[in-house]
Amino acid sequence: MARKLPRKDVVIVGLGWTGSILAHELTDAGLDVVAIERGPWRDTATDFNVAYAPDELRYAVRKDLFLQPAQEAMTMRNSTAQTALPMRDYGSFLPGTGVGGAGTHWNGHTWRFFPSDFALKTHLTGRYGEERLSGLQIQDWGVSYDELESAFDRFEYLCGISGKAGNLNGTIQQGGNPFEGPRKREYPLPPMQMTYAPTLFAEAARSRGLHPFPTPSANLSGAYVNPLGIAMGQCTACGFCERFGCANYSKASAHTTILPVLMRKSNFEARTECEVLKIKLAADGKTASGVTYTDVNGATFEQPADLVLLNAYSLFNVRLMLLSGIGKPYDPSSGEGVVGRNYCYQTNASAQVFFEGRSMNPFIAAGALGQTVDDYNGDSFDHGALNFVGGAGINCIPTNGRPIQYRPVPPGTPRWGSAWKKATKQYYNNTLAFSSQGSSYATRGNYLDLDPTYKDRFGRPLLRVTFDFPDNDIRMSNWVSDRMKEIADAFGGKQVVVGRQQKGWSSVPYQSTHNTGGAIMGTDPKTSAVNRHLQSWDVPNVFVVGACAFPQNAGKNPTGPVGALAYWAADSIRNHYLKNPGKLVEA
Amino acid sequence: MPPATSFTRRRFLSSTGLLVLIASVPGARAAEHSGTLPWKPFAALPPDPLPGGRWYVLTPDEARTVEAIVDRLIPADELSIGGREAGCASFIDRQLAGSYGSSERLYMQGPFTAGLPTQGYQGAETPTGRYRDGLAALNKHTRATLGGKAFFELAAAEQDQVLKDFEAGKVDYKPAAGFFNLVLQNTMEGFFADPIYGGNKDMAGWKFIGFPGARYDYRDYITAHNKPFPLPPLSIAGRPEWKTGDK
Repeated sequence: MARKLPRKDVVIVGLGWTGSILAHELTDAGLDVVAIERGPWRDTATDFNVAYAPDELRYAVRKDLFLQPAQEAMTMRNSTAQTALPMRDYGSFLPGTGVGGAGTHWNGHTWRFFPSDFALKTHLTGRYGEERLSGLQIQDWGVSYDELESAFDRFEYLCGISGKAGNLNGTIQQGGNPFEGPRKREYPLPPMQMTYAPTLFAEAARSRGLHPFPTPSANLSGAYVNPLGIAMGQCTACGFCERFGCANYSKASAHTTILPVLMRKSNFEARTECEVLKIKLAADGKTASGVTYTDVNGATFEQPADLVLLNAYSLFNVRLMLLSGIGKPYDPSSGEGVVGRNYCYQTNASAQVFFEGRSMNPFIAAGALGQTVDDYNGDSFDHGALNFVGGAGINCIPTNGRPIQYRPVPPGTPRWGSAWKKATKQYYNNTLAFSSQGSSYATRGNYLDLDPTYKDRFGRPLLRVTFDFPDNDIRMSNWVSDRMKEIADAFGGKQVVVGRQQKGWSSVPYQSTHNTGGAIMGTDPKTSAVNRHLQSWDVPNVFVVGACAFPQNAGKNPTGPVGALAYWAADSIRNHYLKNPGKLVEA
Repeated sequence: MPPATSFTRRRFLSSTGLLVLIASVPGARAAEHSGTLPWKPFAALPPDPLPGGRWYVLTPDEARTVEAIVDRLIPADELSIGGREAGCASFIDRQLAGSYGSSERLYMQGPFTAGLPTQGYQGAETPTGRYRDGLAALNKHTRATLGGKAFFELAAAEQDQVLKDFEAGKVDYKPAAGFFNLVLQNTMEGFFADPIYGGNKDMAGWKFIGFPGARYDYRDYITAHNKPFPLPPLSIAGRPEWKTGDK
């Protein structure tokens, strides 16, 4: 029997990036807020100690900071014709857990999506005609880039993003990304100093008439004090970003930007190692009354609240909605229902150039220290003669030289023995890699639902992921691989190897923790789970914040838009919902 | 309904194969934080190495077999010491002794069904069980086909051929390729992980390729393009020559 706790104004599920932002905004508005986090408390001083943080085995290989499958796994299959089986270990993507969430171990690439990405269906239909989108389930977001501009700006200044603007108030800036939407002011910090590989990459790209620019980075190029008064330090390029917490207070995460202020507020409380089991609905089914959760000893509690915010990882927000009966589950056979609809991923490929006699020094690195080319991303190029929509950013961002996982050798090299040793020695310091990060567009058959067979440790069904790379996205990625080959050939290396994305998504090798969709935002309750304010169409005192809101994914990392959506939702709640609780948009 | 297992912070940190014998903590409870930053200086736990000089999981014969394997996967030559001298077998033994060896952190609920390659390993067997089974199969194979000898009694060229056959799955043992891949992965981990885990002796794996280890500040070298990095590697435990006393 769950013990009923005193009512709170707001209960937040998950204390990562979005939970921290929403908690900060709503406690500022005077509300009494509790955040329930199933992982442990974490902070820089305690958990990312500089003396032992650079430990590849512990963090990158044994995955100490990630959600453990024993706690929550999910099942996967490529199509409804297959039987989904559990991902017994996470591989393809790595959800976070604990205070800070997946934003603890991110690399720090901090993008704004293009203005056309937010009105994608309208934009592409207008430019190429409706026929071009056949086989895809592309939708508009219901919110425009211009509406989100100030939210992007707030997130970038919270983090201290290092970068160079490419478009200030409509004027293209030398050295920035000429394809980006207009921003009102420069990045808070200048770009990071470039290491050798991205410098070579920028030269090669420029020689082909492309427009390389420094990747906007949440690894700080210098000391910074954010608008909340929290001080951060310069990144030291240690090469332990993704899969690691930053020991140096120089990668933006909730710990280094918000929590030191949030945790001091008397109207905020964090409960760690407490897992929310479901959102509790009132008898009418149209209002949430709070959540039920269990603590680490198995005691269960009911936390009543006026407002319930889902701020877990995108996939777990969707699962909690399904487990709680919020919104109609999506059915791929009829195309009806909304929760689980438009699950998307990321469509990537890589390129390697093998040199002789170089010192690439791959260990001098940071998660977002590099150069990007956006000439082939989104709709920044004419698709008129092409047989796909979408595109990819091309990134030369060598994140590390950690040798358990980073030992590049040319194809055909034996995996062990003397020949393996010789090649490993030769190429560890002589390889330059870059990659494409492509858009992932929704189809009718890619979706999320509850697994009929496999259960978690509480007996709840696991989330089931049904996904394969859409044909459109394969054509896009292969076309971009051909462009990568042109860039790679310009280096004059000894050997060039360019990968090509293929059908058959595998859950085994790491690809990208950019899972999007499943609880998408939009203007029509028949095709979206939440409205343009991220408010559930069905249960208006529930807001769902995260990459689950993206109707489709762009060829960029999602954390920037996720941060912006958190501020956007906070403004909607503060400025509209609190004044008149109820549906912010009438269906 | 109570949870089948509870995940505590302590368990979480025990996962690296070093803190072996920590059972669930009876006094563990969820934490509540309000009005304060719950920081505790020096509260975090660094990896706590298991003492060397003994085998924790492997039997003496199994250990001899693993030592023979790792010395073929990473043979000693002019580039570096071999996998055996680097401590790869000891590393593997200690990993098997921790949560890695028991798959404690993985999803291990049934039903267990053979899946597609895209669905990953679907066996019910833990790494420790896979070693026990695979090493027995390896020696059974060599005894049956190579004059009654155990794997570690064979000449290097014979050992290489047996390993190639296992890698290609060309032996009468169905999980051969999967077992080989497991051992290869763990051997490379042992050669390139921080020496505190029992392998990578004197940072030999890092010196071999030129990885500087757990260094934390490269700011003076970011723009030193195409120049060899001048400093020697560093372990979480420091450098051997830093040690004083008990020599």
